[in-house]
Amino acid sequence: MQNLMNVTDLSKEEITGLISTAEDIIANPDKYADCCRRKKLATLFFEPSTRTRLSFEAAMLELGGSVLGFSEAASSSAAKGESVADTVRVVGCYADIIAMRHPKEGAPVVAARTAGVPVINAGDGGHNHPTQTLADLLTIWRERHTFENLTIGLCGDLKFGRTVHSLVQAMARYHGVKFVFISPEELRMPRYILTDTLEPAGIPYEEVRSMEEAMPKLDVLYMTRVQKERFFNEADYIRLKDTYILTPDKLETAKSDLVIMHPLPRVNEISVAVDQDPRAHYFDQVKNGKYMRMALILKMLEVRV
Amino acid sequence: MNIGQIKDGIVLDHITAGRSMEIYRVLKLDKLDCTVAMIQNAESTKMGRKDIIKISTLMDLNFDVLGYLDAGITVNIIRDGKVAQRQRLALPERVVGVIKCKNPRCITSVEQELVHEFKLTDPAKKVYRCIYCEQAASSNSL
Repeated sequence: MQNLMNVTDLSKEEITGLISTAEDIIANPDKYADCCRRKKLATLFFEPSTRTRLSFEAAMLELGGSVLGFSEAASSSAAKGESVADTVRVVGCYADIIAMRHPKEGAPVVAARTAGVPVINAGDGGHNHPTQTLADLLTIWRERHTFENLTIGLCGDLKFGRTVHSLVQAMARYHGVKFVFISPEELRMPRYILTDTLEPAGIPYEEVRSMEEAMPKLDVLYMTRVQKERFFNEADYIRLKDTYILTPDKLETAKSDLVIMHPLPRVNEISVAVDQDPRAHYFDQVKNGKYMRMALILKMLEVRV
Repeated sequence: MNIGQIKDGIVLDHITAGRSMEIYRVLKLDKLDCTVAMIQNAESTKMGRKDIIKISTLMDLNFDVLGYLDAGITVNIIRDGKVAQRQRLALPERVVGVIKCKNPRCITSVEQELVHEFKLTDPAKKVYRCIYCEQAASSNSL
């Protein structure tokens, strides 16, 4: 595989393979400690991100490799007006693999065309975020040991939430999956996800406004933050940001083995009191993200262990 | 109504009625230094009504653009007053440098040098999506 732009670039078999590698890394970390020696990962973050960038860097360091890059556009040549294509072409001369985040949708596609080394989309605007989805998939797998016959609730900003778009596209390929989309009218799931992914495959979904109404039927509840940076109009953000707040009392009707997830960072959409609930797995997602990124780097660099 | 016969040129036949003006504009036929005839609402046994464009010169046509605009068009190449070649169009898999992505969040909105490119994602509904941001082309994308 040369590049990863969208989680659907990976077949189900490839995802199974990555999960298998990640679980082996978790079980035998020493086996992988030196397998990317002398390899370099460039993290090109044109948009600030703590979690994803550090996760990629931690992943490469744990594989024995090195990292270089920048963490905001202001400290890159983009501030001087250089195009994405030129920046990436230059970096491709230094690094063996690139992880790139950009506020504009499709920027990693431009990068992949010119880099000359594998490019991983580490988030492009409100579009895709495939490695977060890999973290989500490993989390679901480790809690439920299957991807089939699950009812998955996605709650909050479903319009601009790139992680939910990628997760729906990934999970839609598994038998018996149902979706419940919980959002305000203004932040509904984009039509193209419904018409291009779910409806042709006959996958059941419902769109609801009430989290409480949906709660009893869910196997997975994926909460999201209403992202201020995605709004052109601040008044809209302020009006919508507190629509859904998950608190312990709202979980009273939930299944005992519900998997509560969130791509983080959270603001207030999950009460801190929920952190103590054994069904809360959003910090496990962080760890799982690093392991899946390690597995992905090994696969893209074609490193055999 | 009589329109003179073409000796060497192109006839675009079976254009959906009412679309010839848009095709004229997109193909920039107003820039040609030759006779161009546009017939609107002509009677057609197959289509009821249709438009026809006659161009009295041989020129390179972008069949992908034409197919995107109206996949039902028949292109007739005329040589020495006779139909030398007849081609039916189909929806192209890719349309490059013709449709503009209107998504303000797309990378093409800030990088002016990028060529806008769309791929066919749903032939039944004739949906084309930007290869960068996956936004569907809209009727005002041309």
